[in-house]
Amino acid sequence: MLLSLFIILPLLTALAVLFCKGLKQVRMISLMGTSVQFVFSFGLLYEYWKERASGNRAQFLFEMNASWFDPLHIHYHIGIDGISLSMILLTAFVVIAGVLVSWTQETLNKEFFFLLLILSAGAYGYFISLDLFTLFFFLELAVIPKFLLIGIWGSGKKEYSAMKLALMLMAGSALVFVGLMGLYFNTSINGAHSFDLVEISQMQISNSAQNTFFPLAFIGFGIFAALFPFHTWVPDGHSSAPTAASMFLAGISMKLGGYGCLRVATYLMPEAAHHYSPVIILLSTVAIIYGAFATMMQKDLKYINAYSSVSHCGFVLLGIGMLTQTSITGAVLQMVSHGLMTALFFAAIGMIYSRTHTRLTEQLGGLLKVIPFISTVFVIAGLCSLGLPGLSGFVAEMTIFMGSWQNPDQWYRLATILACASIVVTAVYILRATGKSLMGPIHNFQYNHLADAGWNERLAAGILITGIVAIGVAPFWLYYLITPGTEYIIQHVGKAITLK
Amino acid sequence: MGIDFLILMKQEWMVIAILLILLFIKVSSDDWQNENILKLVNILLLINLITGFFGYRDGILFNEMFKTNHLIVTEKNILSLGTFIVSLQSYAWLRNNKLVLEFYLLLLSTLLGMFYMISAGNLLMFYLGLELSSIPLAALANFDLEKRKSGEAAFKFIISSAFASGLLLFGISLVYGTTGTLTLSALSDHLDGSSLQIFAFILLISGFGFKISTVPFHLWTADVYEGSPVTVTSYFSVISKGSVLFVFVTVLYTAFKSYAITWNHILFILSVLTMVIGNLFAIRQNNIKRFLAFSSISQVGFILIGMSGQSQAGTASVVYFILIYTFSNLGAFGVISLVSAYTGRENLEDYKGFYKTNPRLSWVLAISLFSLAGIPPTAGFFGKFFLLMAGAGQGNYLLITIAALNMVVSLYYYLKIIKVIFMDSNENPIKRLLTPSSPKLALIICTTGIILTGFVGYIYEYIFSMSTIF
Repeated sequence: MLLSLFIILPLLTALAVLFCKGLKQVRMISLMGTSVQFVFSFGLLYEYWKERASGNRAQFLFEMNASWFDPLHIHYHIGIDGISLSMILLTAFVVIAGVLVSWTQETLNKEFFFLLLILSAGAYGYFISLDLFTLFFFLELAVIPKFLLIGIWGSGKKEYSAMKLALMLMAGSALVFVGLMGLYFNTSINGAHSFDLVEISQMQISNSAQNTFFPLAFIGFGIFAALFPFHTWVPDGHSSAPTAASMFLAGISMKLGGYGCLRVATYLMPEAAHHYSPVIILLSTVAIIYGAFATMMQKDLKYINAYSSVSHCGFVLLGIGMLTQTSITGAVLQMVSHGLMTALFFAAIGMIYSRTHTRLTEQLGGLLKVIPFISTVFVIAGLCSLGLPGLSGFVAEMTIFMGSWQNPDQWYRLATILACASIVVTAVYILRATGKSLMGPIHNFQYNHLADAGWNERLAAGILITGIVAIGVAPFWLYYLITPGTEYIIQHVGKAITLK
Repeated sequence: MGIDFLILMKQEWMVIAILLILLFIKVSSDDWQNENILKLVNILLLINLITGFFGYRDGILFNEMFKTNHLIVTEKNILSLGTFIVSLQSYAWLRNNKLVLEFYLLLLSTLLGMFYMISAGNLLMFYLGLELSSIPLAALANFDLEKRKSGEAAFKFIISSAFASGLLLFGISLVYGTTGTLTLSALSDHLDGSSLQIFAFILLISGFGFKISTVPFHLWTADVYEGSPVTVTSYFSVISKGSVLFVFVTVLYTAFKSYAITWNHILFILSVLTMVIGNLFAIRQNNIKRFLAFSSISQVGFILIGMSGQSQAGTASVVYFILIYTFSNLGAFGVISLVSAYTGRENLEDYKGFYKTNPRLSWVLAISLFSLAGIPPTAGFFGKFFLLMAGAGQGNYLLITIAALNMVVSLYYYLKIIKVIFMDSNENPIKRLLTPSSPKLALIICTTGIILTGFVGYIYEYIFSMSTIF
């Protein structure tokens, strides 16, 4: 019941929004609902610590298992470990910030908040699922609201981007579907099959089945996580989306993919993960380098952040592909860190755009003088992106590099070095964008009268920055939260490799 | 015998009773208002639907000519439900039509034919039921009497349907010639795989293929759907098609059990063709009825995948999917028939900016389309998932991959409509429609069905538990 609340609450809030009248009521209800979620996620963190402190060593806590479609052995099975908990926290942060940023959403506000809340229900449901059917259900649940959010409230070539995003993500989930089917029919418990993540992990799935279905599942989830060369929806989708949807897309949606790659593909098919790791590392290194250089060429702030997301999510896949405990922990850290950082970045860009009505760096300039708060937020997000110590980006990327280096193979080390080198490029594009749009003289005299951030924007930025700094300054709490989960995964992979 | 006769054929008696009542009204007086007739018919259909759920049992009548069991009763209930919804939706169109009674007499005759067809234990009985269900349908297709296209549709339908019947009859006669029996349950023991039997089997499959419009037997579908009145089109695409699919499953799994390997290959080819071609043609359509015709062709492709699975899971998934498909397709058609009845506009461009003027109808249409596309949380997701899962049970992952990718293609054209409704602007949008209460009820039933059927796992369990009976 405790965990199911994370699905029920957003749904109830969404339902309540439908019965509201006017923007004021809608946003109040949404804010209340998301605040309750926010508080709840911390309550869950507290409960989780308490359980662990009292010596509960079970892999998943707060499990609930109810039969859904009995003849097919499909269950509504939920539970969390440290990895899912950190993802839930991330979702809570981003969603509340998203609601605050869309505070003045005038057109069709009811539908906007409704879809946003449905999206968050999908994300929460996805992270707590321990049954592959439930997981897949929530994965697909999140596609259509994105399509509508981008297509209706977006900017630029919004319809094209919305369609591209929806179709590519659906193609991803089609591949995931085939992968899951393959897993399901290769399990056997007394002649029956199972979708249960815990049960499958205890089973020995034949090598040939793993080698067939791992690529399908991994590429499928990879499309969500901007795996090269399936990343093309990211720049278009992110830049056309309204601010809150961009925050959600980059902050949470891409993490659905990373989480799936880790939890489903790698954890359930460890031998194949080992078998295919060179390919994963190659693709993710290409994504990191390519993403970084592609960002250098961008002039639109949203495109800059979108392409840098490709590069940063490459680190997540790199960490997963390296298959050492430290690197996988780093990958999870990077998911959380990138989620917060990129949400903050998009929030800042959205605030600038809503005031100046342009996102092109050369048309901006000197904004630090007129809107200092927003500009500072922008700078903080940028510094986190380029990995300044004290902010979360540094912690996450450092952990991934350390973990990757532990892998003694020389080619893997080469990949690590190349990935490290991309940080320099990151610094170039972040600093250039900051310099062009925030420093220097004010090009446009109309900008002299821009209003700085309102209370809602300050609060949204404050929440996200708190998260970033909390991880950057004191990473150990998140680290200890994640490690037990990654330990299970790595043991599983290790066992599989030694059996070979 | 006497009481069996009444109880086992209870659902057929109900339909016959309604037919007689309507005939009586027709003969006795001309004073009946259309409104009252529609109300009466809807109430009678509702009673028919409700009584379908009670007091039934398994049994055989007339030397196995007629058989019934829990699964068959459920299938008939699904058809009754669909007919009830179609009848509710036709309100706006029939309100001012002089021939209301004739419409219902024809409609219910086809329903009766379908009931006999589903209950047939013998190929001859099946053929009789099929004819009873398809000849009045041609008259229904012609019901927009002043429109030329409607007559054309009826003519196309009657010709192609006669051709399909010819194929079926030829197949049936060859089956009889080589095995000496037409009883479905006895047939499987008499099949020895001789080439003449295989030929007969192929003829039968082609006949079925015509009726459920699989590619390459689909050419009549789009024209007939476009020409017929919307209500009749929705009846065609859901109820008429669903009933033949029910029989198709039973015939494959009982009579032609021993040919499982053969028909698995056939189904593979048919389903891939049907999905791909249905999808590709659906993309290019501008008339929304034609569009739904092609989308329903591609849906049949998915149903064929479910059929190729193991008997229990396969049958259950097909019946479950048709239940969901009834809700989703009738939901979509419900909105379209309202728009068509009030404005006469049926093109995709007419729906531009529909959301601005009719937000509720837009959402109903959107939810129905999502359900057709198989997007959670709508029931279509569960239906498609279980169909493909039943197919994957045979280890045919290539087919599943093709199907899953086809779902992406189909999503494209469903989203195109969503885009037109929600995102495009229009200077001359469809005006705000006031939905009369009975179409409103139909849409509410459809939407509730779409949203709830998936989450209530019991429905699937129930269908699954009944699918053992053959």
